[in-house]
Parts: sequence; C-alpha cells; structure tokens
Amino acid sequence: MNVFSRAAPKKGENFELRADLNSEYRDKRKDAIKKVIANMTVGKDVSGLFPDVLKNMQTEDIEQKKLVYLYLINYAKTQPDLVILAVNTFVKDSDDQNPLVRALAIRTMGCIRVEKIIDYLAGPLPETAAICVAKLYDLKPELVLENGFLEQLHEMISDSNPMVVANTVTALADIHASATSQQPSTSSSDPAIFTVTPTILNKLLIALNECSEWGRVAILSALSRYEAQDEKESEHICERVVPQFQHVNGSVVLGAVRVIMIHMRNVTREEFNRQLIRKMAPPLVTLLSSPPEVQWIALRNINLLLQKRSDILSNEMRVFFCKYNDPLYVKVEKLDIMVRLANDNNVDALLSELKEYSSEVDVDFVRRSIKAIGQAAVKIEAGAERCVNVLLDLIATRVSYVVQEAVVVMKDIFRKYPSTYEGVIPTLCLTLEEVDEPEAKASLIWIIGEYANKIENADELLSVFVDTFTEESYSVQLQILTAVVKLFLYKPDSSQGLVQRVLDTATKDCDSPDVRDRAYIYWRLLSTDPGAAKSVILANRPPISLPRTTVPPALLNELVGEISSLASVYHKPAATFIGQGRIGAESVQRRDSAKTALQTVAAGQASENLLDFDDEPAQEGPTGLAATQVLQEPAAKNILSGTSTNPLDDLVSIFGSASLSPPSTLPVGPATPVLDPFRGLSAARPPTGAPSLTQTTSNHQEDLLGLF
Amino acid sequence: MTSLVAILDLKGKPLIQRSYRDDVPSTCIDRFLPLVLEIEEEGQQLTPCFSNQGVNYMHIRHSNLYLLALSRRNTNAAEIILFLHRLSQVLVEYFKELEEESIRDNFVIIYELLDEMMDFGYPQTTESKILQEYITQESHKLEVQVRPPMAVTNAVSWRSEGIRYRKNEVFLDVIESVNLLVNANGNVVRSEILGAIKMKCYLSGMPELRLGLNDKVMFETTGRTSRGKSIELEDVKFHQCVRLSRFENDRTISFIPPDGEFELMSYRLSQVVKPLVWVEAAVEHHKGSRVEYMVKCRAQFKRRSTANNVEIYVPVPDDADTPKFRASTGSVQYAPDKSAFVWKIKQLGGGRDFLMRAHFGLPSVKSGMFGEKGKQDMEKRAPITVKFEIPYFTVSGIQVRYLKVVEKSGYQALPWVRYITQNGDDYSLRTALDKGGAAIVPM
Repeated sequence: MNVFSRAAPKKGENFELRADLNSEYRDKRKDAIKKVIANMTVGKDVSGLFPDVLKNMQTEDIEQKKLVYLYLINYAKTQPDLVILAVNTFVKDSDDQNPLVRALAIRTMGCIRVEKIIDYLAGPLPETAAICVAKLYDLKPELVLENGFLEQLHEMISDSNPMVVANTVTALADIHASATSQQPSTSSSDPAIFTVTPTILNKLLIALNECSEWGRVAILSALSRYEAQDEKESEHICERVVPQFQHVNGSVVLGAVRVIMIHMRNVTREEFNRQLIRKMAPPLVTLLSSPPEVQWIALRNINLLLQKRSDILSNEMRVFFCKYNDPLYVKVEKLDIMVRLANDNNVDALLSELKEYSSEVDVDFVRRSIKAIGQAAVKIEAGAERCVNVLLDLIATRVSYVVQEAVVVMKDIFRKYPSTYEGVIPTLCLTLEEVDEPEAKASLIWIIGEYANKIENADELLSVFVDTFTEESYSVQLQILTAVVKLFLYKPDSSQGLVQRVLDTATKDCDSPDVRDRAYIYWRLLSTDPGAAKSVILANRPPISLPRTTVPPALLNELVGEISSLASVYHKPAATFIGQGRIGAESVQRRDSAKTALQTVAAGQASENLLDFDDEPAQEGPTGLAATQVLQEPAAKNILSGTSTNPLDDLVSIFGSASLSPPSTLPVGPATPVLDPFRGLSAARPPTGAPSLTQTTSNHQEDLLGLF
Repeated sequence: MTSLVAILDLKGKPLIQRSYRDDVPSTCIDRFLPLVLEIEEEGQQLTPCFSNQGVNYMHIRHSNLYLLALSRRNTNAAEIILFLHRLSQVLVEYFKELEEESIRDNFVIIYELLDEMMDFGYPQTTESKILQEYITQESHKLEVQVRPPMAVTNAVSWRSEGIRYRKNEVFLDVIESVNLLVNANGNVVRSEILGAIKMKCYLSGMPELRLGLNDKVMFETTGRTSRGKSIELEDVKFHQCVRLSRFENDRTISFIPPDGEFELMSYRLSQVVKPLVWVEAAVEHHKGSRVEYMVKCRAQFKRRSTANNVEIYVPVPDDADTPKFRASTGSVQYAPDKSAFVWKIKQLGGGRDFLMRAHFGLPSVKSGMFGEKGKQDMEKRAPITVKFEIPYFTVSGIQVRYLKVVEKSGYQALPWVRYITQNGDDYSLRTALDKGGAAIVPM
C-alpha cells in the first residue's frame, strides 16, 4: 500500500489535485484527472490518488471514463485491494446500451491484470471480445478452460462477420502460442492447441477477402499453419491467396507470399509453381517503394526467397540499385541482392553501378561496394575481366581505403582465376606503400608469395616486411612467413638468408603461438624434406566459389516458412533469440556462450585447449541451433578423431606420400593462406565458409600434435 | 504482436508509452538508446529490428522521434513496422505535425488512439477517417453521447451508413510520379512510374462503384479490342475496399468507396521513360579558388504541355561561398542548408531549353588537405534532383474510361477526372566527375 493514501501530505501538487478531484464542479474534476494523467505520462508517481480518481469513474462523460480507465490500467497493480471498488462500475458498464462503453469496459477489465477482478469477469462473453479471452488465458488459463470460453471461440470462427472471424483467429493463435511456449511438449489433445481443420480452412478463405487488413494478416498466418490434405487442396489455397498480392498493406503481401511458399511445396506441377513465382515478383518489387524500414524487412525476406528460388526476380536487378538517400542498412541489403541477381547479361550494368558507389562518401558503403565487385568477379567468369578493370581504375584513384579494399578483393580474384590476371601484379605492387590495414597488407603479401616466381624483385619487397616483422599484426606475420617460405621454394638460391631471418625472428621474438608454431613446422619441413615441403606449401588450392545460400538448407526451409516474422528478418531460427517461456533469455545466452566457445576452438584460435576439449561437443545436443550445427559437426569430429587416433600416423600419411592422398585433408594445414581468401569472401556470413575452414585448421592442429 | 509501444525523443526519453502485455517491462524502453549507441559504436549496422536479451526492439524514425515496439516472441515484424508507420500517419493526420510538442499537448488523445488502434498487441482499426469519427479533439462538445460508428463492427468497415449529399460527385486524380536515375554519361540507368488514383468521394448511401481503365490485361482477358492505346500495369495495389478476387478473375475494379478522400489504387510500371525534364551540368573546378557551373535544362515532352514549378537542385561543395548566378529564365537561389543551389522555373514549355551559370568561391585551404591522404578527392557527389509538375498529362498513357456509380436510390453522380505527372522522390541525374578539362565557354 502506498504511504500517500494513508497519511496524505497537506501540501504539494498531489494535495491540490486531490482537492480538485473531489471538487463539486464537473469541469474542475475532469481537468484534475487530465493533470493526473499528464503526471503519470511524465513518470511522476500519482498512485496515491487512486481512491480519488476512482470516485470519478461513474460518469456519463465518455472521455472522462476513458481517462479513469487509463489510470486504472496503469496503477491497478499497485493497489490490488482498491480495484475491487471499480468492479461494480465495470459490471454496470459492460451492460451499457452504448457499445463503445461496453467494449471499453471489457477491454479494460482484460487489461487490469489483477487476480481478484477475474472472478467477476467470468460472465457470458460478448462476441466482439474474442481477444479478451486471450488476455484472460495469459493470466489464468484454468479459468478459460473451466468456463468453456475456448469452445465458444471455436464456434465464433463460423461467425458471419469477417471481423469477428479475424479477431477469433488472432485470439486462438495467441492462446496457442502461449500454451506451447510454456510447456513445449503439449500434446495435440490440449484444447489450447489451435489446429486449422479443413472446415476452418474454408471459413478462413471466405473471411480473407472481406476483412480488414490486419485481420487478413492474422488469417494468412493461420493459413500458413494449415497442413494441406493433398496437392489439390494446396493448389486451391494458393489460388485463393494470390489476389492478396494486390493488397496495399505490405504485411498482407508478405503474409500471402509466406502462405504460397509453404503450400507450393506440395504442388508438383512445375508450370503452376512457375506461374505463382511470376506473380510474386511485381508485388515484391513494389515493396521497395515503401518507407525505408519496411523496405529493409522486404529486402531481408527477398534475400531469403532468392536463396530458395533464384528465379524469382531474375530480370529485376535494376530495381535494387541504391538511391543516393537510402539509409545504409537498406543499401547494404540491396548490394547483397544485386550480387545474387548478377548474371552474364546484366554484369555490365551492375559494374558501372558499383563503380559509381565506390566514389560515394560513406566509407563503409564504399568498402562493401568494392567487395561486391569482387564477388561479382568470382561469380561470373565472363565478367571477371571487366571487374578487374574496374578495380584497377579504383586503385588508380589513390584514395587510401578504396585501394586497400581493392587489394583485398584482388586476392580473391587471384584465388578464383590463378593464372589469368598476372599482368596486374605490378600495379598492385606499386600500392605497397599505401597499404596499412592488416587485411589488405596480408592480402598483398599473399599475392607476392603466391607469384614469387613471376615477380622479379619479390625478395626485395618481402625483405622490407621481414625487417618490420615484429611490428606487424599476427595475420600479417603469418602471411609474411608463408610468403617468404614460398619465395624460398621458388628461388632457393637468392632467398636463403631471408628465410633464415624470418624463421629466426618468428620462432624467437614472436609472442603469438600460432605464428611460432607455423614457423616451427616450416622450419622442420624445410630441414627434413624440401620435396614434401614443396608439395605441401605450393599445393594447388581448391577453387573458391560464391556460396549460393547463407544458411543451411534445412534452416532455409524453416525460415521461408516464417516469411515476414523476426526470424526471417534476422535469418536466424526463432529459438536463438527468444527464450522458452519467460526465462528463456538466459538459457539462450548460456547456449550462446557454449556456441562461441566451440567456434573459437574450431577456428583454431586456442590450440592449447585442444586436449581437454573432448567432453564439450558432447554436451551440445541437437538443441535447435541449426545454424551452428553445420559448423560444429565437422569441427568436433575432426578434433575428436584427431585426438583419439595416433596423430603421428596422420602426419606420416600426409608427408609420406607426395600425392596427398586423403581428399578431405587436401588443403593441408601449413598452407593456411587458403583460409584467408575464403574469410575475405564470406566475412559477413561465417557459417557457409566455415566447414572447410574448420577442417583445414583442425588438420593444422593435428599436425601440431604430431610434432610436439 | 507487440507487448509495448512507445514514442521516444532523440535522447531516448519516452514521451508516451502504452503497455499491452506485461511480459516486457517498461525499463526496456530506457535500454533502447544505449543499445543503439552501442551498436553504432561497435561499427555495426543499426537496423530497424534487433534483439537483445530475449527482447526484440522494432523501431522506425519519424523526424526527431523514435517509434518503438517491443516483443518477446518471434513476432510478425512486417506487421509491427507497418503498424508503427500507420500510427505515425494517424497522429500526423490528427495533429498536422508529429513532434515532441504535439505529443505533450495531446497525450490524452494519443492514449485513446493507442488504445483503439491496438488491443493486446494486435493492430485493430487504423483508418484515421474511422477513428476521427469517434475520437475527436473537441472533447468538450461531447454533450451528445458518442456512439461508435457502425463501421467498427460493420462488415463494410471503411464506410458508415446513412451518408447524405445534396449533390453527388466523385473526383478522380490520376497522379503519376516518375522516378529515374541518369548516369553521368547520360544513360538512363533505372526508371519507373509510380501511379496513384486518388478519389474524393461525395456520394450518398452505400454506392457500388466500378472503374474502367485502358488496362491491356483486361482487354486481353475480355477479348475486346481497345480503341487507342492500352497500357500494361506491372503491379497494382488497391485500397482495402476493392474486391481483390474479382480483379483477379476478370480485372474488374469494383468497390464500395469510403467517404471523402482516399487513395483507391496505386500501380507501378518499369517501362523505360525518357527523362521529361533533362538537366546536365558542366562543372569546372579550380582547386582552392572557385568553382563554375553551367546548367542546361530541356523539357523533353510535347509542345502543348507545360511543366509547372520546376525546381532544379544542383549540389555544390559544403564550403562554397559568394554565389553569383545568371539564368536565361527563372530565378536562382543558393540553399546552403542543402549544399546546393536551386534554379526555379515557374513554367517550362514543352520542347524548350534554357541555360544558367553559377559561380562560387572556394576557400583556399581545405580541412582535409593535410589530413589523410586521398581524402580530399572524395568529395560528396550528390546527384542533381529535379521537381516538377505537368498537368493534363500522364507518361504511361493511362486513361480512365468510365466510372459507374450504382446506388439503390438510383441517383446520377458526376465523375470528374484530372491527370498530372510529377517527379517521384528519386528523380536524380548524376553529375560527371569533372576532369578539370573542358573550359566553360562564356554565354
């Protein structure tokens, strides 16, 4: 109980308000209520006035009534005992002649979440108050079940008024959601479970065409939960839902897209599906004329749809061109989609557009645009040369961050087309002095090492870096090391001193275990068997390609079934960002930390932990982290197998045969430069790039184990 | 579904909030802006939706305000973001401008609106016309008891019964907005026409309307041949009053209209459009002293049409000063707040072209010059944007063929149709990178 209500102070604002609330003049009382609400809005505590405000509830003035109700909704929780005083008026109001008053009373009663008031609520339900049942269920499920409200709701689906149908569907779906979130294993016999039956389906399809926009959204999401009996029914649903593409409300359009993507799975007639996909494109494009936030949601969903069906917008790349004033989050998504839609025919238009973006002011956007040029080059072989020319133009601008990003991108192109563009190497080497970011530096050094036999002064170039070896960041150090060793293997005579120097520095003066370990391996390889070293370090790299999907296929299917929801916007399964029931957040966090621990280890960042790692992957059951599963499995397997079998055998088998027999371990450990181009390409989307990445690194670790 | 809706100022302070479910505590609102800042500081992308500790934050910006919705579930993000936009629209229609002050002044009515527009986190009535029928600002007039308009519970949720007019009239405005992007070398990179048919409806009773357009698909499905041109609409969106299934079947646009003003339909065509108002600018940069512009503007439409209120925005460097202008027609002004100058032409006849010149001084010392190398080259190069209006003309050639009004009392109604073409919100022409070469010849 609040102190104020017992011993109210004799002055202050609340005191004056109290006097006004009890005034004999109606206007004065009403003004006082307004002031109280105003104070409430700015966060002042006016709960002490509860009884005085309550007195004003009995009134003919509907505005005043609303204000008092508003106050009640806010403070009922703090004054549970006094709320009883309001019940009489509520009950009276819910029988009022005026439907507005009736609805208001019922709605407010539903909002006042105090146990005591519920007992009074359990009367017969007016038809329009479907959502009130959901409110009640949220608070006290037993009461809803006891009073048979759920049965009433199910009957209301057959109502002739489409608005009632829509609200009923909303309520049932909400009850379903809270029932399943509290105890996930609820059996299908639970009355709270809302299954859409064929009879309900027909009612919904009829109501869909008649009701308000938000009602349509509710009905469409119910339709997406329906499991069609046969192919014919699926086709029927699609045909009935297609007209909703013409609705002006974007969430109705996306809702319709979701229903069709789900039910299309059952349809085997390819011609029918193609027609649906064709009809889907124009409304999706129109969503891009909405406000930026809506555009963003549409773009995220289009991105998913394209991963599922790449033919949806195949001729529409131009509509995704960025506008000068688009917010950055929209531009970034558009870039991604543009690259997805790129093909032989439109690559020219894409490139001239990307080049244009590369001269804008926003550094982040410029970098992403340059990255997109690289992605286009990797994706479309026919356009690669033009991409390289654009990149050369960009390097010629001499703008620092443009040059650096272009160098990183060039490295990816070299990985994809190893011997096509050697002619640009001299130009790249000229940028050497401007490049100061680790990633760009590492890329450039990788290129020098890779083509050390073709670059005449490679030893000069590299020796500059060797001089400053200890000042560089670790990723650059690793690249210097590998590049110098490559140089040595190509030109043993001229660079013996250099390789000696770099191995010496790396093993003695370097504080990163990764760099040290790699130096040791190279050293040993070179001193024991230079032939093996050659076949390991100069082995052909597996070709890179642009991943067509950014999420694993199973998850993609799940997400496409949730188009327009948060899960589809985040591209993550719902379980990763919402909890089970109300304690969920923590358990998700816990899982998250386990996940990140696993990823760090898998990525080979913490080789020390390797040995006591056995039990951790076992804990990670199939708990719905589908996104990370792909990544974890090979990693864990490799690590486990690596520790259980005799690692020396592995090493011997790798080094013993020059042909590098086991295909899965082809990109052998020490040649970690393999990883970096990959990382550069898929930096934004680690999961797809990861499997091969983890494989190579874990091999790398196996080698380590064998050596020490 | 959302648990809480709040309007925040730029500092993240909640101006007004309404909780619909108690699974999200209102303390989460205070966490919103710190989270936004954190995301920005980490150099990540701030996006309209993000999740933190099991709570999903969905927000939109409206001038200096954040409209925020919170939820714990995997909620329908499209629905909620659109609802927030609708909320801002309704509030704008109520108070003209939606800003801090209008919220403080009208919090009672906003609470009422929040209460009506959403129940238990699910959007309800969001049509401001219907809302205005029973949530009014002149509350003191309420001597007569307000009753909810039938529309709220009616099957036809957008029109009340018993509307009466002495003279039954319908006004149709066909408005086409042209969006287009022209490359620095003069090629049209992207163009689209966004059309809208707006209706002002002053009709009695519950009239049934049918609208006929020169829609190519309609002619094809009905097997009729059109006299004159027919056009192919790429995507059509209708007001919720239009029967979508009928349109899907035989392309008939039939509906019971809401009363008063509304947008009946919008459509999109991505046919290649010749830039109606062509602008090109030659720029001559004299680093450290001055910059000169020569702007050419040409009206590329038929002689009998005229473009009104043409405004051409040409971007200039932020630090330009001492502007000097000479134009063969219209007036030119410097708009430093937009970093541009504006060339205004009241009336631009079809086929005509005009020239203007501008001269600006530039500071001799640049801030970026001694900073990071190469920075000074990356000047902001915003495109030229153009505003215009061409009455009695549509680019696409769309025509209203008929508008039939049927009401059971059998009155005659007069339809009026107007056509107009204007710039869209993205009518821009990129300027060429100036090579400092070709000198501008004097006029």
